[in-house]
Amino acid sequence: MNSFILIAILLTLATIGYSFGQRRARKVSGGEPSTLHSRPQYYGLYVALWCGIPSLILMAIWLIVEPQVAEWMLISNLPEDIQALPADRLSLLINDVKNLASGNIVSREIDGALQRAADGYASARQIGNAAMVVVAIAIAVIGLGFAQRHITPTLRARNLFERAVSVLMIAASTIAVLTTLGIVLSLLFEAMRFFAQVPWYEFLFGLSWSPQTALRVDQVGGSGAFGAVPLFAGTLMITLIAMCVAVPIGLFSAIYMSEYAPPRMRAIVKPLLEILAGVPTVVYGFFAALTVAPFIRRTGESIGLDVSSESALAAGMVMGIMIIPFISSLSDDVMNAVPRALRDGAFALGATKSETIKQVIFPAALPGIVGSLLLAMSRAIGETMIVVMAAGLAANLTADPLEAVTTVTVQIVTLLVGDQEFDSAKTLAAFALGLVLFAITLTLNVIALHVVRRYREKYD
Amino acid sequence: MDAVAEAEAPQTMLQNTPKMSTRRVNVYYGETKALKDVDLDIGENQVTSLIGPSGCGKSTYLRCLNRMNDVIDGCRVEGDITLDNVDIYRSGLDVVQLRARVGMVFQKPNPFPKSIYDNIAYGPRLHGLAETKADLDNIVEISLTRAGLWKEVKDRLLAPGTGLSGGQQQRLCIARAIAVNPEVILMDEPCSALDPIATARIEELIDELRQNFTIVIVTHSMQQAARVSQKTAFFHLGDLVEVSDTEQLFTNPRDQRTQGYITGRFG
Repeated sequence: MNSFILIAILLTLATIGYSFGQRRARKVSGGEPSTLHSRPQYYGLYVALWCGIPSLILMAIWLIVEPQVAEWMLISNLPEDIQALPADRLSLLINDVKNLASGNIVSREIDGALQRAADGYASARQIGNAAMVVVAIAIAVIGLGFAQRHITPTLRARNLFERAVSVLMIAASTIAVLTTLGIVLSLLFEAMRFFAQVPWYEFLFGLSWSPQTALRVDQVGGSGAFGAVPLFAGTLMITLIAMCVAVPIGLFSAIYMSEYAPPRMRAIVKPLLEILAGVPTVVYGFFAALTVAPFIRRTGESIGLDVSSESALAAGMVMGIMIIPFISSLSDDVMNAVPRALRDGAFALGATKSETIKQVIFPAALPGIVGSLLLAMSRAIGETMIVVMAAGLAANLTADPLEAVTTVTVQIVTLLVGDQEFDSAKTLAAFALGLVLFAITLTLNVIALHVVRRYREKYD
Repeated sequence: MDAVAEAEAPQTMLQNTPKMSTRRVNVYYGETKALKDVDLDIGENQVTSLIGPSGCGKSTYLRCLNRMNDVIDGCRVEGDITLDNVDIYRSGLDVVQLRARVGMVFQKPNPFPKSIYDNIAYGPRLHGLAETKADLDNIVEISLTRAGLWKEVKDRLLAPGTGLSGGQQQRLCIARAIAVNPEVILMDEPCSALDPIATARIEELIDELRQNFTIVIVTHSMQQAARVSQKTAFFHLGDLVEVSDTEQLFTNPRDQRTQGYITGRFG
């Protein structure tokens, strides 16, 4: 049976439990719900929880454990000589058996032993699933009956339900934290494998980037150079250009929208600006490559500058436009949230509008504004598509914004595109780059947090 | 203190000339009329209190006196309002200078999220009242002293103003208002967010400030009006019902509605 159907059944049971619980609570109160400890809904929720949660937990455990158990059973049922195969060939064979069992295409001749194993596997899974469905529904019904029987006027149903909800919230935040931790750890371990092949000082301080390694011993060229400095310099330059475009435009439009614009104007302008964030980056990419870059090139040539057709300037400018709404929209919100009392206080002292904004509203909104800048910046650092299309792939170490550069994210993409061995220095370099990028954005966040804490003007 | 000498001289001379005067003042919020033909004189170096039930227009009237209604969308003011016989709504008048002369203290203490020192120094800096750092220090000290806060905060002038207690914050706001040396101070229910002890402290302060400033105070507490003011105006549903000397108004009101309100029959 499909697990979705099972979940639907369990939810239906829980709903039934809810109404049973409510009715039961009304009944034990003797027609006077005010004598109950909690309102009848909470008794309903209490029964629904007892009905749904244990069986759902069982189901989750089953879904995780069952494939492993089934596979173990499958292996132990195979003939001795097959069991003795080396691990990689055995796993290929098992894959075939599973495919055969589910009716998919199989990569080898089907013999009797294989067919028997597949049949056994299929029936074992079927029996297991059926058993699970029965057990889950049984547990749900038992839970329902148990909780129902427990309802008395003094049962602290609301407290119990609230505790269950708080456990749920703790679980949710734990999942978020653990996921982050998992990503960081996987980056770390893969990066360590990379640093076993390429020394870390060469990676961090090397000035040349050319990640082509020889696949075979006799291959010509591609000695591999993993100096990441040009990539980080390129990222830094493009991000800087983007911020130079986005910060003034974003902040000024935020100030205009929150302080000067009439409400109707704001209602029109703000969503329009936010559309900028909704344009797919690939569209920005070809806009940068096909419109902005040639424009810069022509302009540069007309004043006698040598501009390459792919330039950091084009990519940075377009990226800057892309991140304007992050700054304008968020900053507008935080400035709007500054209490009216503060504005009135400044006006009553004879401050003009611009003085009020500069000296009172802006400092009070500073933490939020810095937050918006950080968000925009991390968007710029992580942006890939625009750079691929407009700034190129050449890892130049240059400070000239008119030349082609490349960024960390672009290189990660090119490292992982195409047929790769997953243990060569080339692919592992992606993890190292990712790790360093992560470290940089983390440091930026920490610094910004300190800056905000130092200069914030807290209002309550 | 120069300000004291300056302010004391006219007190004796101009006791009977109103500092501010309003004639036929009508205020509209969009379509609704919040004030109807209000004629009222604010006596110099007096405390004038405005009382009346909620929504009667007393705060609206107060905010007309330094044009704080300008910042409210859809608010329209008609009529003549003069400060020292000069129309404050005439075109070409600088609101910034008007507000430097007519300061305001709000219902809820609203110190800026800056240090105590910067809160006081904010106005003087805006209007360029201090040439040197020493001048500014002096203004800060004098203002805090007049507001009765100096002793409590002199050792922590650089601590944030928002860290003070409610009553201290309100005195800080009063100090901030007097730091620009205004002629009139408007107070919009300055004690409604404070406990009785802080309230008593502020009332004392208002009485002291009367020596140097003209004060208009909106209050919901009739006892407070009776304690601090010399003149009381009773507003009801946008009308100025009655205005007279405070003692007269509370002991012998002329209007039925005033009688009803002060004896607690409505409001």
